This record gives sequence, structure tokens and C-alpha cells, in this order.
Amino acid sequence: MSATSANITASEAPWQLPSRGKVGMICLIIAESAIFTIFVAAYVFYIGKSLNGPTPREVLKVPVVGTICLLSSSLTMHWAIAALRKAKTGLFSLFWFVTLALGAIFIIGTAIEWRHMIYQDGFTIQTNLFGTTYYSLVGLHASHVIVGLVGLTLVMIFALLGKVKPEHTERCEVFSLYWHFVDAVWVVVFTTVYILGR
Amino acid sequence: MASEAVPLTIHKSPLAVVYEWLGTADHKKIGSMYIVYALLFLVVMGIEACLMRIQLAHANSTFLSPQVFNRLFTLHGTTGVFFVAMPILVGFGNYIVPLMIGARDMAYPRLNAFGFWMTAFGGLLLYGSFFAGASIAQAGAAPDFGWFAYAPLTSAAFSAGHTADYWNLSILLGGVGSIAGGINFVATVLTMRCPGMTLNKMPLMAWMNLVLGGLILVTISPLTAAQMMLMADRYLGAHFFDVQAGGSVVMWMHFFWIFGHPEVYVLIIPCFAFISEVVPVFSRKAIFGYPAMVAATVSIGFVSLGVWAHHMFTVGMPSYGNAFFVLTTMVVAVPTGIKIFNWLATLWGGKIRFATPMMFAVGFLFQFLIGGLTGITLATAPFDWQLGNSYFVVAHFHYVIVGGIMFSIFAAFYYWFPKMTGRMLNETLGKWHFWIFLIGFHLTFDTLHIPGLLGMPRRIYTYEAGRGWEIWNMISSIGVIFQGVAVLIFVYNMVASFIKGVPAGNDPWDAWTLEWATTSPPPEYNFAVVPEVHSRRPLWDIKHPEDPDWKYE
Amino acid sequence: MPTGSESTPAIALPRRENCAAVVRALSNAVRRAPLALFLFSAVVPSAVAASSGGPISPTNIFAPASTPAHSIYRLSVFELEILGAIFVVVFSLLAYAVTKFRERSHADETEPPQIYGSNQMELAWTVIPVLIVVVLFLSTAQVIHRVQDAHAPDGTIQVTAVAHQFWWEYRYPQLGVVAANELHVPVSDPSNPTPTYIHLLSADVDHSFWVPRLAGKTDLIPNHPNNMWIDPHETGLFLGQCAQFCGTQHAKMLLRVYVQSRDDFDRWVHDQQQRAAPTNSDVAAGSALFISKACFACHTIGGTIAAGKVGPDLTHLMSRDTIGSGSVPNTPANLLKWVRDPATFKPGTLMPAQDLTDQELGEIVAYLMTLH
Repeated sequence: MSATSANITASEAPWQLPSRGKVGMICLIIAESAIFTIFVAAYVFYIGKSLNGPTPREVLKVPVVGTICLLSSSLTMHWAIAALRKAKTGLFSLFWFVTLALGAIFIIGTAIEWRHMIYQDGFTIQTNLFGTTYYSLVGLHASHVIVGLVGLTLVMIFALLGKVKPEHTERCEVFSLYWHFVDAVWVVVFTTVYILGR
Repeated sequence: MASEAVPLTIHKSPLAVVYEWLGTADHKKIGSMYIVYALLFLVVMGIEACLMRIQLAHANSTFLSPQVFNRLFTLHGTTGVFFVAMPILVGFGNYIVPLMIGARDMAYPRLNAFGFWMTAFGGLLLYGSFFAGASIAQAGAAPDFGWFAYAPLTSAAFSAGHTADYWNLSILLGGVGSIAGGINFVATVLTMRCPGMTLNKMPLMAWMNLVLGGLILVTISPLTAAQMMLMADRYLGAHFFDVQAGGSVVMWMHFFWIFGHPEVYVLIIPCFAFISEVVPVFSRKAIFGYPAMVAATVSIGFVSLGVWAHHMFTVGMPSYGNAFFVLTTMVVAVPTGIKIFNWLATLWGGKIRFATPMMFAVGFLFQFLIGGLTGITLATAPFDWQLGNSYFVVAHFHYVIVGGIMFSIFAAFYYWFPKMTGRMLNETLGKWHFWIFLIGFHLTFDTLHIPGLLGMPRRIYTYEAGRGWEIWNMISSIGVIFQGVAVLIFVYNMVASFIKGVPAGNDPWDAWTLEWATTSPPPEYNFAVVPEVHSRRPLWDIKHPEDPDWKYE
Repeated sequence: MPTGSESTPAIALPRRENCAAVVRALSNAVRRAPLALFLFSAVVPSAVAASSGGPISPTNIFAPASTPAHSIYRLSVFELEILGAIFVVVFSLLAYAVTKFRERSHADETEPPQIYGSNQMELAWTVIPVLIVVVLFLSTAQVIHRVQDAHAPDGTIQVTAVAHQFWWEYRYPQLGVVAANELHVPVSDPSNPTPTYIHLLSADVDHSFWVPRLAGKTDLIPNHPNNMWIDPHETGLFLGQCAQFCGTQHAKMLLRVYVQSRDDFDRWVHDQQQRAAPTNSDVAAGSALFISKACFACHTIGGTIAAGKVGPDLTHLMSRDTIGSGSVPNTPANLLKWVRDPATFKPGTLMPAQDLTDQELGEIVAYLMTLH
């Protein structure tokens, strides 16, 4: 198929299309955001409507350390990618590891918090509407963090094996979009659960 | 010009062929599998419909027990939306869109395969429910609470055994497959277009699949969320929809319809795409008002997200809540109506060729007009307080789904079957199919409005005599016979034409989009040389070099 | 089938010509529209009026007998006229287009003039629908407000309706009456209205109260009380049924509203307020069985120890024309079949078959038949 006429200027500019990876990841993020929105809506709708059982104030402890770790991990992730783009693979591995560690601290913090609430306070998803919406919303987010940690670990292994090169920057950037999304969701969840709902 | 693919004769063992299809990531094969899968379930749906219409032809009928009838209408609706309409539309999009934009495949071929197999498995899981539970004669443990599965009917207290789980899990899986498809459509249209094909120059079908993909992302996911909540209620003792714990069953309705309404636009937008391809080609004119068609589709996509509670007018929302949704629903009717005018203006002044695809497309135009108008009556909340949940609603949505979606799917079949198989469907059989189906459709669904106006609610396995409903139900049931015959003619046409139809050549319809620039069926790589385009109708430019489109766009 | 067009290029007619032709045709149609509209506005109401009341259907939504139903009816006729006019115009244009612009001869290989769009037309056919939407929305909003936000005048009868799988419980809190399945209300005189306000609750799943000639339907949803009102203008029996799928026997959860003159209604209330008469010796066996066979666990009979709330109140069972929430007439034979096995009439209903001998069955039914 060739141009039928010579005097067309359209084809002279280089043909640029958006990045496939970024578009795909953004689409996934949009779909996941919609799911989170529904869980947040349920949470907000049920604030104060529990018929019994502990109130948020009675059982919730604000996860300050975990939040700082998770939000910082976005920054370290950003630095990691900047390093990779400049071909500083050693620095990339370092920042990538810190990201992984910060994410792990967040999850461990959540696990400790839950263990206390379930075994010490006897507060579970079955207890009341607050329990139902709390564990489902925070749990949904935590599961997304875990998926992210799995991905981070895989890339970490590749990096330690020396297989991650500057030409993989784009792919790491696509993955980082997911991680930033997980962080952004935590901002929303944190605000809803620990600020709005307490 | 058209690339000449050299046919290779390779002898493959049957097992190798099966393995090839099971493991394929080629959009054409996946598209075909979606379509065949959907057609099989269409036949199943049709049987379910036949059984229900036999039961409803008479008052106080005992042909079916209430248990079986309730399972039939639940499966009929669930199958129709998730395992017939969505797969068939996604299938056509999968097959045609990459060809239309000059690409070699979808953006994510393996994700594409994943999406298909998830959908396929979902359907099998749903029908597996027949074999669970007490007995097949009683339709096993098939779900029996309507396709919208209102809480608390789906709670353990009101739903014995695993009926709710079959419904929940099969659609959850199918939904994941749909979201995968949505991601793929958006990524494909945005990132795989051939050189020269700016967004402003791509065929309307590409635009509509882009909007479709985006809409799927925000439409299916609320249902996925609600289904996760239902699972939590049923398995983890959560209380999302548990009124004993202060929960709200209305919240299920909100979440379901936040999915359910945009979902019908997910179903109709690909049909708009088919009509927007068929009508211009068979009127021999460019589509009238391309920018407006794009704008209308995009705005439908957005506005449709804000109309959901028109399915809940009788639930007891406050008056200002009801009024808000009346407004948004009527507003979304405007861009939808505009499209009809654009298609009308495309026909106007054309040279209309009434090949079978065009006949179905014209049928669509008349019927979609009527379905849209009855939709406005339902958007009028007080009128909906009478019409809602009655057979008027059943008539309305079947008008749009069968008279609109099904007709446009038939048009798509007759139009693209030659491209997919290299053979023409038989025109004579096609015309028989059209006329018999048209008669059956109108017999069944025109009359079905009337019992609704006379007070007949939906989802009833039988009804009292003396309400004035009998004659209309009888006529409606008779129409089913015609539709069944027509579909059998269609299936026969497809099989016979596949085997010994007239060879189609590259471009049997003298059309203008890129899929007609390659062989029928296309080679695995689609185009020998990636095309470069300069207008919305690249083949028009080639066929009319003295008067190409890009001068006027 | 041509694989490439060898047509001579589109000649002579400039590309915009047909646009003017379209505008001309449209203005012709608009000029003829008032006639069509007039004819249509005569046809629709008369068709609707012809279908109202009379023998066509006792549940005809176009035969209103109460203010909410009337308001809906008037709005619906107005809207159907507008929609009908739209239909006539667009249908005619479509029909005209597909006949007038047929390809005359397949040998003719020329392409028609290619028209890509017209800003004026597209603006016009956007603005006009928007105006129609505004008109429809405003008239709709008015009716919503009038029906939903109406105030209850003095003399309103208050009823609480509780929907169960698959029967209706009616309580008149101010009158101390508990009934089931057959709702009695007084007729309302438009000059001095005595409407009935119904508070809608559910004991289990979602249901919907729909008596088309009296009002639109309103749902009964657990943990979500609703309200509706009716003010029937004529006496008589009005029929309807549950309109939200609620389980196996949704189809036979029928509604019967008896609109009575004020005197008849007061008499009915008085009768319903009485406890059951003390049992005479003829039916002592039956009344004893009612307790020993655990019927009392589900049913109430006022004045006895039977105070079950699961099933309908039976204190005045024989004052009802039907049993099984309207599905069969209340005759001794039907009563017998029902008590033996309710699934005879309503398979899937929640009342189980009773394990009784024929003798016991006869005695219980004889007892039930004294409950007037």
C-alpha cells in the first residue's frame, strides 16, 4: 500500500504512537481504581452504621511508620529508574532493593496490626459492618501490595543476576506505574479509614 | 495493491490442529473462537427462551415447574449478556479491528488468548451448575434468582446450596476476561495504528472499539467488586448485604446497576460500529458527520456512567434523586438519537444496495429507533413506576437487544463472513433468514409491550386468566417459531457456505477500509507490507485517485 | 463482485448539492408535521381511552382510579404523543430514504455525491432533542414531586404492609387490625380526600406492591422502609401482584385491594377488631389439633394462645375471598387441599405439607371455617 499522490505532507513527520506498555498499564490501573472506588464507597456508606461491636476509635492504630515507608518507596522507585536510565545499574539495584524493603515493612506492619486486632481484640471481618468494610478495603489494598512485592522480587533477582540493562528502563517504568498506583490507593484508603472514618 | 499470499499446503494431524487452536494468540483465530463460542450459547439461550414461551403461552400452565422456570430465565439473561453478546462483539472486534488499523495483531496477543479462555471457562462453569444439585430434570443447581441476583436472595438464608456461587464465580471469571479484552482494545487502537492513521483518520469501528474498551474497564469492575463482596458475605461471614447486621440490600442494587447500565452501552457500541461500517458501504457514501459520530460515542461512554438508578426508580429514592436520574437518562438519549440521524443522512442521496448486510442494518435503524423511544418512557420515573419490572421492560430491552444488537450482528456476519472464510454467504438464504426473522421478531416483541401495559410483571412462571394477557402471550410465543426457523436457516447458510460458498475475493462489497485490502481470509501476518493511509477511507483513495477523500476531510 | 471500482469519478454535482436537498426535504416534512401531529394526538388518547376501564384488563395502567395513577396516566399520554410524533417523523424519513435512494440499476457504476457532514443540520438535530428533553424532564419532575412529596391530610388511613415470601401482611396501627392478603380501604371523595397511606416493609427479601389502577409500584425492601399512598375514587376490587422477583412463588403473590364505601369499611374494621369467638364443641377437636400439630407456631388466632408470626393471621380467615395470597378461592375443598399440602396450589411456598390423617384434616378445616 503506497501513497497515491506525492504532495501529501502527512507522512513526512515521523509516525509516533504512545507506548504500548504504558497504555496497557494505565488501563489496568483504571479498572483497578474502579474496583477500589466501589469498596471505598461501601466503606464510607457504612461509617457509623454498625449495630454493635468495636468502633474504629477503639481498635484502629494509625499506621504511621508503614505509611511513611510505603510512600517513600515510590520515591526510591523513581530514583531507581532514573539511575537505570543513566546506566547506573548498581545504584538501580540499591534503590530497587530499598523499595522492596520499604514495601515489605508496610506489609509486615499491616500483618502485625491485624494479628493484634484479630487475636487480642477479637475484631474480625465478621464482627460488624466496620469489620466487614475495614478488612475488605485494607485487605484488597494489601493484596495489591503483595502482588507488587512479587514483581519487585522478580526484578530484584534479575538485577542481582546482572540481567537488567538500561534498555529495560521502559519496562521498569511500566511496572513503576503499578507501584505508584498502589501508593496512591493507600493515600485514599488511609484518608478514608484513619481520617474520615475514625 | 492487495498482497497475494502464497498458499502453503501443510498437512497437519487433527491433534496438531487442535493444539494450534488451543494455544493460539492470533487475533483472527481468537476472534473466531469467541464468535463460535457465542453462537453455541446463542442456541442454548434460544432453547431456554422457547421453553419459557411455551410455558407462558397459556394462563395457569403447568408445563414447567416454578423452580425450573426461574432457573431458565436466570440463565437466559445471564448467558445472553455474558456468554453470547459480549463474546460475539469482542470476537468481531478482535478479528476486524487490527486489520482495519493496518496492524498485524492486537497489542497483547497472549492477554487476548487469556481473555478468551477465561470467558469460555466462565460459561462452562455456569452451565456446570446444571449437573450439580438434586437432578438435571430440575435443572440442577443452576441459579434461579434473576440475572441481577438481588441481595438478599443470594444470601445463604434464601438461596439453597451453591446456586449463588455458580452465578458469582462464573461471571467473576468472565468479567476478568472482559477486562483483559478492554485493556487490549484500548492499547491496540492507541498504539498499533499504521502510519498515517491518526485518531482522526481511523474507521469509526476503531473509535467505537476504543470507547468500548475504556467503558469495559470502568463497567465490569464495579460488578467484580460487588461480587467479591458477595463472596465475602457468603464465605467469610462478612455483612455487606446482611440486613440483620445493619447492611443494605439497596447497596447491591446500586453497585449492580453501576455495572448494569453502562454494560448495555458496552453491548450496543460495537453494534453502532457495525452499522457505521455497513451503512456507508451499501449506500455508497461516506458516513455523514464523522466528528459528530465520534463525539456522540465518547459522550455516550461518559454520560452512561451516571444514569444507573433509572433501574431503581421504584426502590424508594427521594424525589430529587429520582429526578436527577430522569435527567441524566434523557440526556444520554440525545447523542444516541443523533447517531440515528447521522445514519439517516448517510442513506440520504445514496445508491442503496440491498444486499443482506444492508437489510439487517436497515432493520436495525427502524428497530433501534423504537427501542430508544420506549426507553424514554422508562426514563420517565412516574411512568416507570407503572412500566418497571413489567413485560413492557422485557419488550423494550429485547427490542434493543434482538431488534438492535442481534440484527446488527447478523449484518456483521453477512458483511465479514466473506473476509473471514473467503466465501460469500448465500444471498437467497440470507434474505429468507432476514424476512422470517423479522416477522418472528415483531410477532414476539411488538406484542409483548401490551401485557406490560396491562399489568403483567416479569419473571412470573405463570399468570392468572382474566387479566387480558393470554392472547398477547400466545401471539408472542408463536413468533418464537419464526425466529427459531430463521436462525436454523442462518446456521445452515454458514455451514454450507463455509464448505462450498462462492469464493469472495479480497473485496466483494467494494468497500473502503483496510481489511478489504488483504486476502480473504487474511494471512496470519495480515498484510505483507504495513499500509500507509492518508484518509478515513484508504481504499476509496485508491479506487478514486482523481477524487480522494483526504481532499475533503 | 467488483474488487475495485472502475467508476468514472463523481462528476457534475458539487459535493454539497445534496445537502440542500436534504434541508428541503426536512422542511417539507416539518411543514406536513402539524397535520400528522394533529392526527396522532387524536389517535393516541382515543386509543388509550378506548383501552381504559372496561373489559380489557382489571390491571390496565391506562384505567386509573386513584390520584397517583391519574397523574402518571396524564404524564404518560403527554409523553406518548411527543414520542409518537418523533416516531412518525423519523420513521417516515427513514422509509423515504430507503425507497427513494435505492440503487436503480446495478450496471450503474458511478458513486453518488459524497457528503461528509453539515454543521447546520447537525446543530439543529442536536438542539431540537435537547429542547424535547427539557420539556419532558420538567413535566416529569413535576409529577415526581406531586406523587412522592404529597402530604397526608387528616382522616388518612394508615396501613403498614409487610411483605413475606409469598404473602402480604397488613396492619392498621391506629385501628388495631391485623389482616392478610386482602387489603380493605375506604373510597376517597376528591373534594374531601381520605387517602390510605401505606408504609412498606419486608420480612425477608425484596418485593414490590403493584396495583396498576391505583398507583405505580413501590418496592418493599428489608431494612429500607418505603411509603406510598392511594386515594381510590370508586369502590370495587382492584387487582395486582408482587412485581419484584422474590423467590419460587413470586408469580402467585397476588394483591387484592377492596375499596369500600365508608360505612362498609367501618363495618369491616369493626369485625376485624374482634377476637375469635370462643370455640364451640363442634370444632373442639379441630382447635385442639391446631395447637398440637404446631399450626400455632406460625399462625395467630386472636383470643387463643396461637400467636405465630411466620404465616398469615387466621383470626378472620373466612372473611377473605381467597387463600394462598389470592391464588385460589376460599372454599372448603380448597382449604382442605391447601392444609394437606400447600404445594398443590403453590409449589415452593414456605408452608410445609401437613402430616395429617384425613380425619384430622377434616377437623382442622371445620375449625378454620368458624373463623369469621
